[in-house]
Amino acid sequence: MSEKEIGRKWDRCLADCAIKVGTGLGLGIVFSVVFFKRRTSPIAFGTGLGLGMAYSNCQNDFKSHYVLHSNVAKEQ
Amino acid sequence: MLRVCWKGARAAARCGKVPAHPLQHCRRYTTAGDSGSSAGKIVAAGLLTVGGGVGGTILYAKWDPKFRAGVEKSVPYSDQVFETVLGPPAPPAAAALKRPGKIEPLQISSVSEALKESKQPKAKASRPDPAPVEAAAPAEEAPAPAQTLQAEVSHHEPVLTERPAEEVSARLEQQDQAEQHVLTALTAGLEESLGSSAKITLQAIGAQEAALTAITAHTDQLREAMDAQTPPDEKSAQWKALTEALSERTRAVDEAGDALLKAKGELEKLREVINGAKQRKIASARPQILAAEENLHSMIVDLDKVVTKVQTAQSEAKVVSQYSELVNEAKAQFQQELANITPEIQANWKGLSGKLSADDLNSLIAHAHRRIDQLNRELAEQRVREQIHIETALEQQKLEDQRALERAVASALEHSREDIRIQQEKKLQEVREVLEAEMRTQLRRQAAAHTDHLRDVLKVQEQELREEAHEVLSSKMMEQETHYRRLTQEQLDTFTLDMNAAYARLKGIEEAIDSHVTAEDEARKAHQLWLSVEALNYTLKSAGADSPTEPLEGAVLAIKETCAENEFAQALATAIPEESLSRGVYSEASLRARFYDIRRLARRVALIDETRNSLYQYFLSYLQSVLLFEREQEAPPAKLAAEDLDTFKLLAYATYSIERGDLELAAKFINQLRGESQRVAQDWLKEARLTLETKQVISLLSAYANAVGLGTTQAP
Repeated sequence: MSEKEIGRKWDRCLADCAIKVGTGLGLGIVFSVVFFKRRTSPIAFGTGLGLGMAYSNCQNDFKSHYVLHSNVAKEQ
Repeated sequence: MLRVCWKGARAAARCGKVPAHPLQHCRRYTTAGDSGSSAGKIVAAGLLTVGGGVGGTILYAKWDPKFRAGVEKSVPYSDQVFETVLGPPAPPAAAALKRPGKIEPLQISSVSEALKESKQPKAKASRPDPAPVEAAAPAEEAPAPAQTLQAEVSHHEPVLTERPAEEVSARLEQQDQAEQHVLTALTAGLEESLGSSAKITLQAIGAQEAALTAITAHTDQLREAMDAQTPPDEKSAQWKALTEALSERTRAVDEAGDALLKAKGELEKLREVINGAKQRKIASARPQILAAEENLHSMIVDLDKVVTKVQTAQSEAKVVSQYSELVNEAKAQFQQELANITPEIQANWKGLSGKLSADDLNSLIAHAHRRIDQLNRELAEQRVREQIHIETALEQQKLEDQRALERAVASALEHSREDIRIQQEKKLQEVREVLEAEMRTQLRRQAAAHTDHLRDVLKVQEQELREEAHEVLSSKMMEQETHYRRLTQEQLDTFTLDMNAAYARLKGIEEAIDSHVTAEDEARKAHQLWLSVEALNYTLKSAGADSPTEPLEGAVLAIKETCAENEFAQALATAIPEESLSRGVYSEASLRARFYDIRRLARRVALIDETRNSLYQYFLSYLQSVLLFEREQEAPPAKLAAEDLDTFKLLAYATYSIERGDLELAAKFINQLRGESQRVAQDWLKEARLTLETKQVISLLSAYANAVGLGTTQAP
């Protein structure tokens, strides 16, 4: 079902976003806790990083259909 | 008449009722009635009489033609009446004359029947013709039969017809036999009559000669007696002898006369017989006839001679008798005178010589003298008249001589004629015999030649006929063969024709049956197709709300099986998309339901296409879908313009269509979506396409099945 694709994509996207944001947050927290003395910047950084990654992934996922793929013919 | 009586009756009744003064009327009526009835009676009686008379006349005229002729002559227009009633008058009876004439020729016909039996009808017809002629002259019997026979012969000559040989020979034999019979009869008759006539003629001749001798004897005796030279005593003896001789003579003469008559009669009979024999015309009898004729002639001649002799003797005797008569007369006269003078003396003066007296003697002498004177005177006168007498006597004698001569000449002539005729006949007979002999030899020769010729001709003819027969036979055989061949050929042809016809018919029947079978097959197939199509249709219905139908494969396989040779159906069956076969199709309702999801989604991603496909755009398009208000359904126009290709519009049209059940149009509209909407609607479109295709194919199939089902009712 092609109409479910969008949903799926959104599901993936959200799931991915959640994961990335969570992971980024986690890592941020971890880094902030570990490395950066509980500053919030790594949390923000990690969350942002995660969010950005998720956003980008999401966008790529949504654009993936429209992106042209090329194949380079091997030279003989 | 009846009315008159009726009126009279009524009048009488009326009269009975009213007796007063209409009595006169009554009376008048009754009298009128009476007079009328009597008049009627008179009229009736008159009519009856007239009718009876006329009827009687007619009947009698019918019975008696003479009366009819008389009536016709006297009463005008009666002949017409008779003709109308009785018919034409009867023809006059011409056969009356023929009756007396028929009796005469019958004598001859009995004889000629043996010879001319085949010509009898003609003879009978021809006989009455000469018969009336005969009837006019019935006296001549002898020549008349000859005439009739000649007439017969002359009539029959042209009627001779050829007869078959056996018949001819048989007839000839018959004729010969008959001739023989007749000949024998004739000869017998001839001989008989000849013999009898000869006998009688001889008798007659003998009698005549006896008469002759008697006459001569008598004459001599008379002469002697006349001479009176004998003595008186012998005279009486003489006179006795004379009377005896006279009586003898008369007797002899009478006998001779009788014999002569008989002989003449016999000769006549003989002549008749001879004539009869001659008329029968039998050749072989001719010599006998001739001989008989000769005999007859000689007999006649002898008889005539003797008769003449007798006649001469008789004439002499007459002379002598005359003389003796004269003498006797004179003597008688003398005696009378003497008797007158001497009456006492007896008449017989022979014994008178001694008994006379002187006176008597004187008177006798005186008388004698006177007588002598007288006689002398008479003598003188006589001498004077002698010459005249002699002359007259001579004349008479001459005349008599002439007559006698004539008679003699005539008889001699006749005799000579007869002689000549007989000689001629004899000669003729001889010549005929000779000629006949010659003719016989010639005929024999001719017969021999004829038989030879016949033999040759028969041989040749036999050959020819045989050949002809062979030819005819062979030709007939050929004909028969050809005929037979033709017949057999015909039979064969007819048989072949029949067979062909039967075969053709059989073929036709078979074809018909086959076509029927095929038709039935087709019908069955169509039916099956239809059933399978119906099954397919039914399977379409098996679609659940969101689940597709059962896979149409089975049904399609069934269809494919049923219409294995139907290309159209095959094509159609193969045209069903694979997906529907394997997976089944969604129902329209599910598609409809799904459509709304698609619609929502398509609205949300309306802005997304290949150029704009970031998340931001997604957000924007979502925003657009939320903020854009438009009618959910919009009737699509007939033609799509460029501005109609907007997503929302399209979706509106599609919604409208799908709400109206027009999935195809909705699909068409959805197909016009571009970008992400298109991607979103892709699956649905695919499903819709599938469903539509399947439905189309199925509807085609069903239509086809229906058409085929309808078509199979007609003959292919």
